Amino acid sequence: MATIKSLDDLKRLREEALEKRRVKTEGGNAQVIVGMGTCGIAAGARETMKAILSQIETEEISGITVTQTGCIGMCEREPIVQVMVGEGPKVTYGKVTPEVARRIMKEHVLSGKVVEDFVIPA
Amino acid sequence: MREITLHLLDIAENSVAAQAKTVFIAVCEDIPADRLSASVKDDGKGMDAETLASVVDPFVTSRTTRKVGLGIPLLKAAAEACDGQLQMASQLGKGTTLEVEFRRSHIDRMPLGDLGSTILTLVVAYPHIHWLFSYKVIPDVETGAMQEFLFDDAPIKAEIGDIPLTEPDVLAFFRNYLEEGILAVQQPALLI
Repeated sequence: MATIKSLDDLKRLREEALEKRRVKTEGGNAQVIVGMGTCGIAAGARETMKAILSQIETEEISGITVTQTGCIGMCEREPIVQVMVGEGPKVTYGKVTPEVARRIMKEHVLSGKVVEDFVIPA
Repeated sequence: MREITLHLLDIAENSVAAQAKTVFIAVCEDIPADRLSASVKDDGKGMDAETLASVVDPFVTSRTTRKVGLGIPLLKAAAEACDGQLQMASQLGKGTTLEVEFRRSHIDRMPLGDLGSTILTLVVAYPHIHWLFSYKVIPDVETGAMQEFLFDDAPIKAEIGDIPLTEPDVLAFFRNYLEEGILAVQQPALLI
């Protein structure tokens, strides 16, 4: 896939995107929320977010909503990422390095298997 | 924080929390004047004079999860440690502007950092906000003319329509556009 550069390319992209078949997440759409409070940023949350977006881009995964949240009070466990796939439960992960983020994308988001090692119990 | 861009990301999050609809992040490296300056300007709910004066206090925060808010005080300390300063202006109901500057060549001045990832993170996470970004470098007189990259996400979003920004092709577009724009400024001006 050639890199898109100009606004003209964007016009074409709009048409293609609506037709192209892409890798879909297990159980439909997924929501990924990355903690981006001061504590999260200091702990490396931007790199975590970068890894998630990079995965979406290279693996061509469609249907993922990525948002951010502020500090949820567990600063020592940052970077924190919350994942909800389809109608499944919201799982909160702690100490999510870029590598762990890639695992979560592969195992939880794409295959529906929660990465138990990094889950913060409710 | 280890990069100025991480501080800027943090300050921009404040703008989002203040329900801003437009946020303008500007960075300028003035090599002849030896200053690195940055600003985050929003049209959020703003602060009254008393609140504005209090935000540099680490024990003042709008969050309820903890009793400290370190973002602004730490940025202020970082700037002041580099012969720089932090200034804020705000008007209730109108918005807030934070300006920070450092002596660019100061030995303690942390790296500017990954501008592209910072802007991309904000644009993708908060698609309902209008993001503007300006990166300017004023090089040494011998090196050449000022270089500037101006990023406005509005025309791109208008073109994409209702396709989410997290669609792989759209993500790729934004990422490349930001990276190339930033590099186009840095290469001639900073001789990278």
